[in-house]
Amino acid sequence: MTESQNLEPFVQQVRRDILRQVHAVNSGHPGGSLGCTEFFSVLFKEVMQYDINFKPDGENEDIFFLSNGHISPVYYSVLARCGFFDVKELNTFRKINSRLQGHPTTHEGLPGIRIASGSLGQGMSVSIGAAQTKKLNDDEHLVYSLHGDGELQEGQNWEAIMYAGSKGIDNLIATIDHNGQQIDGATKEVMPLNNIKDKFTAFDWQVIEVNDGNDLDQVRNGLRKARQLTGKGKPTVMILNTVMGNGVDYMMHTHEWHGKAPDDELLEKGLAQNPETLGDY
Amino acid sequence: MTIKKINKQMNTFTNTGNIDTRSGFGAGLSELGDKNKNVVALCADLTGSLKMNDFKKKFPERFYQVGIAEANMMGIAAGMTIGGKIPFTGTFANFSTGRVYDQIRQSIAYSGKNVKLCASHAGLTLGEDGATHQILEDIGMMKMLPGMTVINPCDYNQTKAATQAIADHEGPVYLRFGRPKVPNFTAEDQKFEIGKAQILQEGNDVSIFAIGHLVWEALEAAKALQEKGIQAEVINLATIKPLDEKAVIDSAKKTNAVVTAEEHNYYGGLGESVARTLAQHHPTRQEFVATQDTFGESGKPHELLDKYGLNADAIVVKAEKLLG
Repeated sequence: MTESQNLEPFVQQVRRDILRQVHAVNSGHPGGSLGCTEFFSVLFKEVMQYDINFKPDGENEDIFFLSNGHISPVYYSVLARCGFFDVKELNTFRKINSRLQGHPTTHEGLPGIRIASGSLGQGMSVSIGAAQTKKLNDDEHLVYSLHGDGELQEGQNWEAIMYAGSKGIDNLIATIDHNGQQIDGATKEVMPLNNIKDKFTAFDWQVIEVNDGNDLDQVRNGLRKARQLTGKGKPTVMILNTVMGNGVDYMMHTHEWHGKAPDDELLEKGLAQNPETLGDY
Repeated sequence: MTIKKINKQMNTFTNTGNIDTRSGFGAGLSELGDKNKNVVALCADLTGSLKMNDFKKKFPERFYQVGIAEANMMGIAAGMTIGGKIPFTGTFANFSTGRVYDQIRQSIAYSGKNVKLCASHAGLTLGEDGATHQILEDIGMMKMLPGMTVINPCDYNQTKAATQAIADHEGPVYLRFGRPKVPNFTAEDQKFEIGKAQILQEGNDVSIFAIGHLVWEALEAAKALQEKGIQAEVINLATIKPLDEKAVIDSAKKTNAVVTAEEHNYYGGLGESVARTLAQHHPTRQEFVATQDTFGESGKPHELLDKYGLNADAIVVKAEKLLG
């Protein structure tokens, strides 16, 4: 991990990028993206060790997989703002002939992406595979992954969670974006997840909880603790309690903005709450 | 060992002994483990059935038992390619395709991952387990995925050679083979060329394009046809995708009569690939030896092939229908 820095301006600019991307094409997923902005910012700006000259094989560097691919706006913004590609390319989000597909893909060769995701529940298995290959290659870098809480309803996750616990995949840090919302409403109403911590513990994972996943220091501390737990024979999961739509008041505490873009008026309102810091694309 | 007596105008194919194609896969994988240190194997609780025990014994650090969890196996395989490994997944054809279609589609095919999907017990000849396990749709599903190579070799020797060849091919591959002991008649030291048809018998009257267990049946059919004065051309199209279109077109131009033979549904199988090719380049009358949009059932492999019309006799009947 590098030194903590003032990430507020970065976070604020990423929020603007998210809103502007989805507004421009009147589609995409702002809610979950905003909820994970602090996590992405800390992970890519302070925690992960990676080569900015993107190599798909990811050897001798930390690698990250986004399993809940619909929150591509935050992923694209952070990748661009970290230098993987020109921020101007955010203009092409979800448009024809773009590398910034609705859901992330390797197919168009966008730097930073190592697997397609969007059809939910597949990223945990992929992350485990990549972690195993790092072990075979004597590569001591880590694999990070992010999953939605609703996404845990997909059965493949539990095959993967069982496997990682049983096989002691201890170079993997999976994070669960626990915002309690999914398309049809609150997860506790659609399909209750109940005690996620107990579930992972039962599968022999080490569990860290971050009470406020939208607080930069708490995210930092969570990831620091998670790193300390690696290499001890068990996989690690960080349950990140977030607020969907964080930082844009009318999008917070509701599932309504899971997959809906703001109109012109609401865009301006959201942008006013997050003034420009690093320069709009 | 059975030595087949054949007409002197015909090519000689000797069955060096009945053996299962899955054993060809196991032997090929084991040799591959020595040659290529990046090869890793994953299995979903069917190590013995897939004949992966030898690889597991020789390379325990490169063998991954995932339990009865095929979706996870496909995802892990996709992830393991990141960092240069070449994963070979092993389970029955049914669980290698239909059960995990979306995992293959997104994490492997669309993501362009170098995973080798190795599928045993394909088709009716799985036998007594019945229709739940007898997939007859897998070739169709796999060939529709952009970038997927689809191979169904004909015997032990060819399956062994194909297993080794696919490791050198960059990109996802579906390798289909079977459970029963069948004639082993192709060359022991062959090199498998992906996308290259194998002309086993030349003839001018009818083209028989076959894959998998039906290739031997096609040779038997050619002998029976020869006795009736019909010169059949027999071509092994082991690679269904990419299809050797030139071989198909050249043969059809010569014979103007085509029979395709496969242990698969006629929807989505080899027959449709051949028909599409010929419709575009040389429209030709064609008959299909394949299952007729049906599920299978329990029975002995040869009983099932007889009942569902997937044997030499059926090929002869279709050829005569075209020429009649």
